[in-house]
Amino acid sequence: MSTDEIVIAGNPNAGKTSVYNRLTGASQQVSNYPGVTVEYKSGVMRHAGKRLTVVDLPGAYSLTAYTQEELVARNYIVDRKPALIVDVVDASNLERNLYLTTQILEMRAPTVIALNMMDAAERRGYQVDAARLSQLLGVPVIPTVASRGTGVNELRDACIAVIEGRLDAMPAPVRFGHAVDEEIAALTGQVGAYPSLVEMFAPSWLATKLIEKDPVVYGQARAIAPEDAASLKALADEAAHRIETHFDADAATIVAEHRYGIAAGVVKACVSFTAQARRDMTDQIDKIVCNRLLGPVILVGVVAMLFFWVFKLSDEWAWLPWPGGWQSPTGVVAWSFDVLSSFLSPLEAYAPMLHSLLDAGIIGGVGGVLNFVPLIFFMFLFVSALEDSGYIARVAFILDRPLRVFGLQGKSILAFIVAGGIGAGGCAVPGIMATRTMREDKDRLLTMLVTPFMNCGAKMPVYAMLIAAFFPGDRILVMMTLWALSWVTALCAAWVLRRTIVRGTQTPFVMELPPYHLPVLRGVLRHTWERTWMYIKKAGTIILAINIVLWALMYFPRPPDEVDDSDALAYSMAGRAGKTLEPVSAAAGFDWKTNIALIGGFAAKEVVVGALGTAYALEDQTDENYHSLSERLAAHPDWNPVRGFALMIFVMLYAPCFVTIAVIRRESGSWKWAAFATLYSTALAFVLAVITYQVGMVLLPYF
Amino acid sequence: MKKTLFDLITGDTARIVRIHENAPACVRMRLLDMGLTKGAALRVERHAPLGDPVEIVLKGYRLAIRMSEARSIEVELIAEREFSPASS
Repeated sequence: MSTDEIVIAGNPNAGKTSVYNRLTGASQQVSNYPGVTVEYKSGVMRHAGKRLTVVDLPGAYSLTAYTQEELVARNYIVDRKPALIVDVVDASNLERNLYLTTQILEMRAPTVIALNMMDAAERRGYQVDAARLSQLLGVPVIPTVASRGTGVNELRDACIAVIEGRLDAMPAPVRFGHAVDEEIAALTGQVGAYPSLVEMFAPSWLATKLIEKDPVVYGQARAIAPEDAASLKALADEAAHRIETHFDADAATIVAEHRYGIAAGVVKACVSFTAQARRDMTDQIDKIVCNRLLGPVILVGVVAMLFFWVFKLSDEWAWLPWPGGWQSPTGVVAWSFDVLSSFLSPLEAYAPMLHSLLDAGIIGGVGGVLNFVPLIFFMFLFVSALEDSGYIARVAFILDRPLRVFGLQGKSILAFIVAGGIGAGGCAVPGIMATRTMREDKDRLLTMLVTPFMNCGAKMPVYAMLIAAFFPGDRILVMMTLWALSWVTALCAAWVLRRTIVRGTQTPFVMELPPYHLPVLRGVLRHTWERTWMYIKKAGTIILAINIVLWALMYFPRPPDEVDDSDALAYSMAGRAGKTLEPVSAAAGFDWKTNIALIGGFAAKEVVVGALGTAYALEDQTDENYHSLSERLAAHPDWNPVRGFALMIFVMLYAPCFVTIAVIRRESGSWKWAAFATLYSTALAFVLAVITYQVGMVLLPYF
Repeated sequence: MKKTLFDLITGDTARIVRIHENAPACVRMRLLDMGLTKGAALRVERHAPLGDPVEIVLKGYRLAIRMSEARSIEVELIAEREFSPASS
């Protein structure tokens, strides 16, 4: 048993994350995405001189083996045997929340219940008797309103008291009722005969799960003691059979119904109606937001507003006071890099190679990426606020039917939105992680395979540069076109994949529509920062490294003296690779220098602009008249708007970045799908870029 | 002809009789987990703009279910929707 670990479990929407944030407070360092390198979000709680690790388990409605999230939560408790489980229960939705609670209590581990959202329960006109609840369940119950911090200190005190052994938190045995209890008790006795199993599982829990015919638990038991598990399984099957004949339904159903029976009994004993419920806000809002006619209109309106505000706040409005006049957040970042670059310029005379590396390779590459941090930040700020408010669930509700035509489902929408599906500038990594809430494997896989087509923040620098070069007057129009194209491609790809490679029957869609509430600023900012930080970190690590490697590949080997200096790039390693591909890529209008950039972009698309900049800057060092890459390309005889547009299409669609590929591999469970995602999207991107270029070149003279 | 959730209209309240055995085990378990147990009362709140999925209220919370799953939830009607001049 680990003595200093607390895990937080609970239903989605019960305020689990608020409790976690409150417990760990500011002391928690913002770590990786749960899942990128570590499977769980964890932080440190300091209280009363103690230092405890707090782990946030994924939200779950149940601890059966039907979804990834539930399995992760359950296995964590089984494997790690935490010192304490904090079960976050939504007091305003007590009965369904207690269903999970009974399953947690069945695991026979010390548990404290955070009876959260007491304010919402009161608003709905009822009072929950925490003392009575504690008495019935046999574990401490602390009333909280985590979003406001109410009751959090008491919760911390209780956690410490349990860990120090001053407070008993061992749950009372769960009683299912006549005929079921007897079978579980008998089998529990049998389990006691196998010490290796008792070491791993609470005997009564193992007995219950075996009677429920839970395949995962059986597998775990068999891994420890194959023969013991098999003989127990035989006994459990007999017990299940007796229960099934008695109730005329399958054992798992009976046990589940009994759990709800317990929950209903507890609710009856602990909840009293104090007042007439005030008019339910959620009903009023839903009447408008989910209305057959208004709903879709509002949805479009919300997306348009998001688009508008993100661009205005991050880029177009100069609203930050800054030395030398008002600046937009993007302006501030650009300003900082200009200053940095001017500091470096004296270096050029003394150490041209170092200057080239720092200026073109690092400032050009990383700076171009960090320019988009404000945009990403505001994008995630609005998306997190929408997620927190409960509106995204309504979007899924409204769009489930139309998405089903393409083999997707309502919940796919969250992945698309987080990956940049509305407005611009998200990230496919958290997008793919967002598919974890989908119980349906096929739908989930399909969503993962098409999510990278959305216009993530990494593609923004490329678009911005090419739009500035070739479509300076039509920025909004081109962005809207790219946005529409990403959706059309994602949906069509899903449609085709569903009918070919990811075949399977349509799977169930059951989704809670949580009550609306005002987003909690703290939580939203925290979530936004985590997602933005990931983008910044990528710029500082992977992208920096690739930029340096690419720069080196483009700089070395240096040509021998007899070769003209302007051919140095062609002579370099990257130049040779680019030239090799040129006969093929020419069909889409890409020259060898573009190829170099696109090869670099396999790792991360942010690299494309920097690499293209380096390639063109290295190639012609003769004139320094061009202020930016955009100007250089706009004036370049080989480039035209069609070629620019074909490049944007290719960048939008080709292979997901390395981090995304790694996440697809982990979330889909196999390299096969990660490799498939890379290959099919690159092939698709190339075909579409060729079509764009060829058709565009035919039409170009007419414009 | 047995009534299912599929047949109900907005405003109807009903009690769950059973989940059809022919529904796949994962569907049945999922519905159970969300509280669609035998005897539970529910009210049909609304349908999505394209008529599917359906939103119901049960055990004091809102749940969206596809019509294809609604077909496997057998119910008995408690009360038909009340006439109200505001609804159309």
